[in-house]
Amino acid sequence: MTEWLERHVPKMVLAPSFVAVLIFVYGFIIWTGWVSLTRSKLMPKYEIKGFIQYDRLFASPRWDTAMDNLFIFGGLFIGISLILGLFLAILLDQKIRAEGALRTIYLYPMALSMIVTGTAWKWIMNPGLGIEATVRSWGFESFTFNWITDPNMAIYAVVIAAVWQASGFVMALFLAGLRSVDEEIIKAAQVDGIPTWRIYSAIIIPSMAPIFLSAFIVLAHLAIKSFDLVIALTGGGPGYATDLPATYMYAMAFSRGDIGQAASSAMVMMGVVFTIVVPYLYSELRAKHD
Amino acid sequence: MTDFTQSYTAPRRSFGQLALRWLLFALLGLFALFYLMPLFVMVTTSLKSLEEIRTGSLVALPRDVTFEAWSTAWSGTCTGVKCEGLRPYFWNSVLMTVPAVFLATLLGAVNGYVIAQWRFKGANLIFAMMLFGCFIPFQVVLLPMARSLGILGLAGSIPGLIFVHVIYGIGFTTLFFRNYYVTIPAELTKAAKVDGAGFFRIFWSIFLPLSLPIVVVTVIWQFTNIWNDFLFGVSFSQAGTQPVTVALNNIVNSTTGVKEYNVDMAAAIIAALPTLLVYVVAGKYFIRGLTAGSVKG
Amino acid sequence: MKKSVFAAAVVASLVASNAVKAEPQAEVLHWWTSGGEAKSVAVLQKEFADNGGTWTDMPVAGGGGDAAMTALRARVLSGNAPTAVQLKGPAIAEWYEEGVLADISDVAEAQGWADVLPASIAGHMKCEGTWCAAPVNVHRIDWIWANADILKANDIAMPNTWAEFNAAADKLQAAGVIPLAHGGQAWQDATVFEAVALGLGGADFFQKAFVDLDMDTLKSDQMVEVFDQMRKLRGYVDGNFSGRDWNLATAMVMNGEAAFQIMGDWAKGEFLAAGKVPGEDFLCVSTPGDGFLYSVDSFAMFNVDGDDKQNGQKLLAELIVGKSFQKVFNLNKGSIPARTDVALDEFDSCAHTSAADMAASNSGGSLLPSYAHGMALRGAQAGAITDVVTAHFNSDMSSAEAVQMLADAVANSL
Repeated sequence: MTEWLERHVPKMVLAPSFVAVLIFVYGFIIWTGWVSLTRSKLMPKYEIKGFIQYDRLFASPRWDTAMDNLFIFGGLFIGISLILGLFLAILLDQKIRAEGALRTIYLYPMALSMIVTGTAWKWIMNPGLGIEATVRSWGFESFTFNWITDPNMAIYAVVIAAVWQASGFVMALFLAGLRSVDEEIIKAAQVDGIPTWRIYSAIIIPSMAPIFLSAFIVLAHLAIKSFDLVIALTGGGPGYATDLPATYMYAMAFSRGDIGQAASSAMVMMGVVFTIVVPYLYSELRAKHD
Repeated sequence: MTDFTQSYTAPRRSFGQLALRWLLFALLGLFALFYLMPLFVMVTTSLKSLEEIRTGSLVALPRDVTFEAWSTAWSGTCTGVKCEGLRPYFWNSVLMTVPAVFLATLLGAVNGYVIAQWRFKGANLIFAMMLFGCFIPFQVVLLPMARSLGILGLAGSIPGLIFVHVIYGIGFTTLFFRNYYVTIPAELTKAAKVDGAGFFRIFWSIFLPLSLPIVVVTVIWQFTNIWNDFLFGVSFSQAGTQPVTVALNNIVNSTTGVKEYNVDMAAAIIAALPTLLVYVVAGKYFIRGLTAGSVKG
Repeated sequence: MKKSVFAAAVVASLVASNAVKAEPQAEVLHWWTSGGEAKSVAVLQKEFADNGGTWTDMPVAGGGGDAAMTALRARVLSGNAPTAVQLKGPAIAEWYEEGVLADISDVAEAQGWADVLPASIAGHMKCEGTWCAAPVNVHRIDWIWANADILKANDIAMPNTWAEFNAAADKLQAAGVIPLAHGGQAWQDATVFEAVALGLGGADFFQKAFVDLDMDTLKSDQMVEVFDQMRKLRGYVDGNFSGRDWNLATAMVMNGEAAFQIMGDWAKGEFLAAGKVPGEDFLCVSTPGDGFLYSVDSFAMFNVDGDDKQNGQKLLAELIVGKSFQKVFNLNKGSIPARTDVALDEFDSCAHTSAADMAASNSGGSLLPSYAHGMALRGAQAGAITDVVTAHFNSDMSSAEAVQMLADAVANSL
């Protein structure tokens, strides 16, 4: 009996969390899938009516914009944050005297909620109030930085604010990674006269592959949650130029009383996340095992 | 650390090295400006009078520093019929965040321990499924979760909010602990088992004492996420249980009233103070915790 | 024996307390959170308390009620609906159809609401013949606010037609003044759009297009003209308009940076707060063309258990439509009372204009619900129209394209 217990205790300990995830993540995804096949409006209904919500979704020009933005925003945000984070970590790793203070300065944006970030950047990037007005007041009359008001550039303004928020965190991850690289190997390489940039590119960075996984997961998670940021920074505008699938879904479900439509957009969005995240998780977790 | 520095930077620097050093500092300084700019705008705006904000430049330093906006935001501004500022809501946030962080961290630790050290068939699949849970957009779960909370009798209550935050926090906390514990040699567990130690005993006396760095990381992460959450806070609360982010939103986002930007900014900073404090005070341990192995997948 | 006497006494006291009436209770979900608005609601709270009620405040601001509606859905789904909720327009009927609204007909009939509310406003408060909501105020949407000094300096009269407006704007632009202060948020674009549509197309056109969603009207040449005018207006706003809050646009008019703003009457509060005087410092006139676009704020009561809460709903409904609250609240908020028998002596000249125009347009058949502020259409359709309006205003789309898109979007939203 005790032996049996001993053998099954780990599973029993894990079970509550797993069951909770089954219900509150996967159960809810199934629920959403079901509702996406109905004509639910103000409140969810459960009578299946076929794929009409998906037809409506794909006929909507606003949804097209939102999907395009997801790829532009997600790609740039994750890419730039990784590169900038790594770059800053390497700079900070050069035995800087004020490292502690600088690290805190780079890291603190992560402590703020996206609503606060969005509000602050909205002012800074506003051409009439922020950077553009300031630089012009210094005498550079033709200086222009009006991305946030330009429908074609506004999504890049969102990227700037998002990178500002998350890149310091990525820096912290990489800095931690740099610190845990075996110093003996570096010393040996230096003794051999290998230039510093070669040490980084050939030895240190490749050894940090697992950190890219952690950083990617954190960043992808934030990219999906950037809903708050868009709402506070641009409200989805100008027009609906900075709409993301999450803001589209929210608008449909909660301000327009079109829950069936919201559910269908949620399913498409999760499909996209699934096809990007799962292969990555799979390969990473497999590699670990071998 | 200093010894190490001297051992691998040449004792006498050439001109080129010196220039490189200056370039390095210039770059670091520039980035520091980039990161500080929004905070600067927020702080200076909160110290200006409304009149000065209407007339002056956004990036200018305040002409007359006044802390009036701060006291208004804390205890005077209207968040509805009540004009008691953020203060009453602050306590709700504390009551919600502390237990939620504690429970999510505890569950994450146990889960990570099982997945990393007591591998069984399907453990990796379970881990992957929990990880994927991190990516579910919260807007999707709002409505079914509202129904579930109603069934569980937790609707509109702080325990309900704690429940929701724990559920959607498990994915990340499990990830953190699993990645940390996976670096601890399996032989340790095996040896302890041979000595007759059971599942909980090994966890309690071997793993938990080793866990401080990763606990710090997890707590910081969870604390920030839960404290800053607005969507769950607004949906699953009722009068009397609304967290501080909802009150902040009520101050900042009113649609058709007169806007007091100095109070808005002061309120935003006050609402962010706990998380800022955690980052500034525990930031050092944060990096240390990450260094200690959590980032090694 | 003793025991049964005791029991009888308990029963008697219970019966008595029930007969006395359970103390009124109300948890009120609303999105009036800023200083002036909150003070207005506090008036209601005080009256409620004076009548023995206990008010629990549940404010949720943001997005013109979006966040509050999110909270409301979650609350209703979890079986924990608030007692009273700020709701407006067709949304009231939508919630009624879900079977979650309480009937307040007995209060409405006892208080004679039908006699004191204009018919079109009363219509919004009724669901299938029963009263299901209590109106608070009437906002007028189609206002144009102007800086008096600028107009004087440039020798410009308040425009009566959109052609006159364009002429005035060209003149102002040549003089280096921003003609139109505007905030590029979707709802503000929609606010301007509906004022233009009413002015150019008239009441009948507006009714067909934005209340009945008549496809031919939506695709008509008249609609093309409306978008043409929107394109002209786009040329009259400054470069930084995107995402600007409406009150900052108001400040531009106040400070003399811009001449006009098209905005609902809550803009008046900003002028008054800055110590400006209507008629002297700033002018309030209806936008060019005939008609009156209204937005009525109201409270709906949700089905709740317990005598205390149900009594609270009745008391609340009675107080909301009561004369004293209607006066005090609207003095604070910039709107006018929903009931027509409130003396307007203490109101300013803009409010007098508003009340007179409402009465005139009511009899002339041009008293119309605002689509941009959720009075004319359900959320899905209103949202679909706004998507097109804001997409057109913020791009170089042609008017013909916009009209086609409008028809497609409306069809897709049904």
